[in-house]
Amino acid sequence: MTPLLDVRHVRKVYDGHGRTVEAIRDLSFSCAPGELVCIVGPSGAGKTTLLKCVAGLLAPTGGEVVLGDVRVDGPPPGMAVVFQEYGRSLFPWLTAWDNVALPLRQRRTPPGELRRLVDGALGEVGLADVHAAYPWQLSGGMQQRVAIARAIAYEPRILLMDEPFAAVDAQTRADLEDLTRSLWRRHAMTILFVTHDIDEAVYMGQRVVILSASPTVVLEDLAIDLPGERDQLATRSTPRFAELRARVYARIQQAKQRSTT
Amino acid sequence: MARLRQLALVLALPVALLALCWLLLADSTSFYAPPLRRILAAFGPTWAPRWASEDASSIALLVIGYAGAVVAGVGLGIPLGARPRLRAVFEPALELFRAIPPPALVPAVKLVFGWGPATNVLVIVSGAVWPVLLNTIEGVRAIDEVLADTCRCYGITGARRLYVLVLRAASPQIITGMRQALSIAIILMVISDMMVGSSGLGFTILEFQRGFSIPEMWSGILLLGGLGVVLSLVFRGFEAVALRWYHGLRRPQRGDA
Repeated sequence: MTPLLDVRHVRKVYDGHGRTVEAIRDLSFSCAPGELVCIVGPSGAGKTTLLKCVAGLLAPTGGEVVLGDVRVDGPPPGMAVVFQEYGRSLFPWLTAWDNVALPLRQRRTPPGELRRLVDGALGEVGLADVHAAYPWQLSGGMQQRVAIARAIAYEPRILLMDEPFAAVDAQTRADLEDLTRSLWRRHAMTILFVTHDIDEAVYMGQRVVILSASPTVVLEDLAIDLPGERDQLATRSTPRFAELRARVYARIQQAKQRSTT
Repeated sequence: MARLRQLALVLALPVALLALCWLLLADSTSFYAPPLRRILAAFGPTWAPRWASEDASSIALLVIGYAGAVVAGVGLGIPLGARPRLRAVFEPALELFRAIPPPALVPAVKLVFGWGPATNVLVIVSGAVWPVLLNTIEGVRAIDEVLADTCRCYGITGARRLYVLVLRAASPQIITGMRQALSIAIILMVISDMMVGSSGLGFTILEFQRGFSIPEMWSGILLLGGLGVVLSLVFRGFEAVALRWYHGLRRPQRGDA
């Protein structure tokens, strides 16, 4: 199958104040349509830089990102992003409903359709009753749900998530992981999910792309052969989950040692 | 009940001061400081017939000048805040112009625009534009990067971006600038009336002083004070509505600290 997203030899060098930092050396991987791919790497691996390059928010120094068959050189249409900093990615002067509706208004979605999409998306993330609340009146987990609702109401071909649950508590995080997986299955979306959490990557993904520390390369592209139906308790206690988790962990440790010696 | 107590707290000192004036000046025989009751008695007869002409024209010039300052300040502040290069070019010149006290411009403006109301408006604009402009620049510079990225990802551009992102994100600073500009505009309204006009509140007060109509002069000063209070109350109402989100956002954070 031809990939929906193709990252080809992306390299990113930050240049400034007389010193250059090579954040990403050479990254290549791809996502097939409908896949849920997790990117995992140690902190400082340039994960956010990579995601910004994929989202078209940052121009790579070398290589290219291709979505569909178009080279990305700015945020492409049909791509939604959920940022880690939910508190800063929602508009505090708009209600939850208006936050979700905003991208659709820009797209001139007819009012009836708009209402259906926004109500539907808020319902799907379990926020059917907080339409009129402002983001700052909601808990962190609920704010991130609003951001997810905004992304799915947009009906993207691909959804990028940048450590979306890193700033919420463990309980909420487990709920949001399951929510994301169920939305992914229902909408047949393609999701690229970036995280530093190995357990989360193995639990969420169909594939896990393991990154080295900076300057970043792909260490391994690992298929996760766990059953599609996942459960926080049952899946995480299977021997296979433990094996996969151990493998990713060993890979990352190995890379860390190599980079320090 | 709590509201009533708050109101009492706010009004206590002004009422006490007025009462003190009333008592101290009650038997005053000084020509320049007449009893307060004579000043208040002069208030109605002095200003009722002038309401339509003097007061209204001054207030109209104030409103036009203030609106002009806000529009110019925000309109110039947005591009300057968004573009560092533009800012680097304009900032030294802006600092220079800002340093000129606006009343000093009156003679020059008068030469060019004559004795008409255009001069009053220009004087008000030239003084009141600075706080709006400088605060708008700061506000636009400080727009959250993640919010800006969110707009880019969802293709929010043009007028919607201006209204939903730029103006709203910078509104706390813009409104701070507008509040400072309002008091400057009132001061300049009076000064330009006095220096330029042949009518208007400031001019009329000056006329009373020159004609030794002292209670009338004092009543004009009281009227200006009242006007300032009313305008600042109106402004507070506007701010409460426009920045509801901002105060809401800050409340829990303040609680944490």
